[in-house]
Amino acid sequence: MFQIEFDNNETATIVGIDLGTTNSLVAWMNLTKPEVIPGDDGEKLVPSVVSVLEDGSIVAGNGARKELIDHPDRTIYSAKRLMGRGVADVQDELKLFPFQIAEGSESVIQVRLGEKTFTPPEISAFILRQLRKNAEAALGVPVTKAVVTVPAYFNDAQRQATRDAGRIAGLEILRLVNEPTAAALAYGLDKRKEGVIAVYDLGGGTFDISILKLHEGIFEVLATNGDTHLGGDDIDNKLLRIAIEDIRSEWGEDISHSGEAVQTLRREVIRAKEALSFAPSAQIEFLWHGHRYQREICRDLFENLIRDIVDRTLGPCRACMADAGVTPEQIDEVVLVGGSTRIPLVRSAVEVLFRAKPHTELNPDEVVALGAAVQAGILSGAVENQLLLDVTPLSLGIETYGGVVSKIIHRNSTIPASAGETFTTGVDGQTNVLIHVVQGERELAKDCRSLARFDLKGIDPMPAGMARIEVRFLIDADGILNVTARDARTGKEHSVDVKPSYGLTDEQVEAMIEASIDHAEEDYRLAQAAGARVEADTILAAVEKARRSQAWSELTAEERDRISAAVNRLLLAYHSDDYAVIRAQIEVLDDAARNLAENMMNAAVRGALKGTKV
Amino acid sequence: MPPDYFEALGLPRSLAIDLKDLEKRFYARSRQLHPDLFARKSQAERDRALEHSAVLNDAYRALKDPIARAMYLLRIEGFDIGEQGSRDVPPELLEEVFELNMAIEEADGAQLEASRKRFEALREGVDGEMFSKFTEWDASHDKAVLEAIRGLLNRRKYITNLIDKTHVSDRV
Repeated sequence: MFQIEFDNNETATIVGIDLGTTNSLVAWMNLTKPEVIPGDDGEKLVPSVVSVLEDGSIVAGNGARKELIDHPDRTIYSAKRLMGRGVADVQDELKLFPFQIAEGSESVIQVRLGEKTFTPPEISAFILRQLRKNAEAALGVPVTKAVVTVPAYFNDAQRQATRDAGRIAGLEILRLVNEPTAAALAYGLDKRKEGVIAVYDLGGGTFDISILKLHEGIFEVLATNGDTHLGGDDIDNKLLRIAIEDIRSEWGEDISHSGEAVQTLRREVIRAKEALSFAPSAQIEFLWHGHRYQREICRDLFENLIRDIVDRTLGPCRACMADAGVTPEQIDEVVLVGGSTRIPLVRSAVEVLFRAKPHTELNPDEVVALGAAVQAGILSGAVENQLLLDVTPLSLGIETYGGVVSKIIHRNSTIPASAGETFTTGVDGQTNVLIHVVQGERELAKDCRSLARFDLKGIDPMPAGMARIEVRFLIDADGILNVTARDARTGKEHSVDVKPSYGLTDEQVEAMIEASIDHAEEDYRLAQAAGARVEADTILAAVEKARRSQAWSELTAEERDRISAAVNRLLLAYHSDDYAVIRAQIEVLDDAARNLAENMMNAAVRGALKGTKV
Repeated sequence: MPPDYFEALGLPRSLAIDLKDLEKRFYARSRQLHPDLFARKSQAERDRALEHSAVLNDAYRALKDPIARAMYLLRIEGFDIGEQGSRDVPPELLEEVFELNMAIEEADGAQLEASRKRFEALREGVDGEMFSKFTEWDASHDKAVLEAIRGLLNRRKYITNLIDKTHVSDRV
């Protein structure tokens, strides 16, 4: 290998996190095997529930789940459904979920919990903190870096919101991985080496289907499809509505306005649903203020009730096969992910559609977190020879005349992916150009998801059509859009002002990080410092190694002196408790060593492009 | 200067490409350039990896599909590949297009199906002709061959639009 080997045995543990709608999990690579880390209560599943207690303190996970029934107005679940969305998007959910939306929620939803309001990324951050705490307690080391999974069909705003949640929680998210792809990684470790696999992922709130091609450790996603609002929650809501209706006619009482009653009943309904996966019939039993409601549900009735939900997953599956260019016969294996795939009707529908018996060896609740840990291992270097090539789920386009979308990066393009467009002015003396970027498959911008408006400012005044601004749209490996612009005449980088349509601005995230410091424990600061030291080790080792390479002698004496001085300063800062001090010196060294890194990279790329390994 | 997609995959400019070989090249380069392999490197190196890997993926996407590949080659060889010509009905298709429009108007399913089959056969013919031009260009690098390919691409696009029309009418 040509790469500079950054040998450091103290590689900070990177955890893998499945931030789910209903439950979340954290896992890590224990030597060669991914393992889920349980909380101090021994539970692997951390309910994605957050509650503000009466004394103002905040609990997440199992502690919060208890509050669902006693304090439903101070407790939130399924907040993932709100990530990256505006209030207009969630009107349907509001009918079914007891979310209390505060004023001013057009571009970022504000949820009221007791006296306070929170954005969905802040709520997710509380769950992430709980998972981090569990991991730190179990592993005995600071955890500052993570791979976090998202539904494959998440759009840019939903991905950004997830990344914001990481920042607010003080976790550096090294990679967002699509949930079905993560599941494939977990299965792929000791499974077949070649072939086409379909991953069917029906979770609490989202549905994803991905088709991958496996080849000697490369997991190439051919296509993905899904529905970000379809899952087990929908089944619960259906049963819940029936029970509430029954109760209304039996007792002459509408309980739907009592949060406490609805939560208690919801819990009973879920229990019956889960039992029906293993038994031919189950009881819903609900006791409330001296009344008793009881109903038996047999599997036939249950299956009739949920058939349309299961059917809604089949359209995306067919579309995904068409996009991947495969027929059901060409699919070698099917992997099932998500708790809802325990339902026998779901299993048989999948079996009929793909004409293959689905894999269920791994626990469908855990497989995504295990895969996230494998991806963490790939990034840390602990897992070798495995590589994930994922795709962007939605086409990226820009709005042109008449509101028509011109697609510039098509859905199912392997990421990172990029596209360039040249823009000009339409009026004499015009000094800025506004670009509206959307995501989706429809032809008109108004039918697609608005991502952001990019303002190219500071164009020199000149006759219309003379300016030439080259804009590059780049979707990174997390599936998130980056935009850069260059003036084609001067070659100068052009500033781009971004106004996201949905989501938090950088300033808002910074403010939330500030605010969250109040909640954070002292050891968080120490963990940050430890993380910074690991980074320092990495760069110090790299520089040490580079000193012995050809690239070092290609530098000027001045450059070499600057690097040596920066190394000394970093060594002095190394034992500081303040991570910012260490980070600052890392940046100085990083900057001083830029040319060195470029030289080595160039040599490496020259080697790579010769492609002798083909 | 925009990156050259053929170069990114270590190939000479050519049109008849073996897809198995292309995939092998893509996988081998992905194993060296993908951002995952640079997670522990400096920001500058990570940025470079992102850049290189985006170009590699863009290149593979453009070259693996023969139509996209031909369009890309025409562009870098200085041909203007706009929408021109795709709106006027090619004279030899006049009768076919007339029949299609009739079938759509009358919502005649059987006739639509027949039209679709004919257009698909026509497109296969165009593809066959184009692929033989691919080998011809690879051997000669003759501009006139590219000119002919451009004509075939326009014709193909026209036929594809007609096929799409027969599908759209399915749903009505």
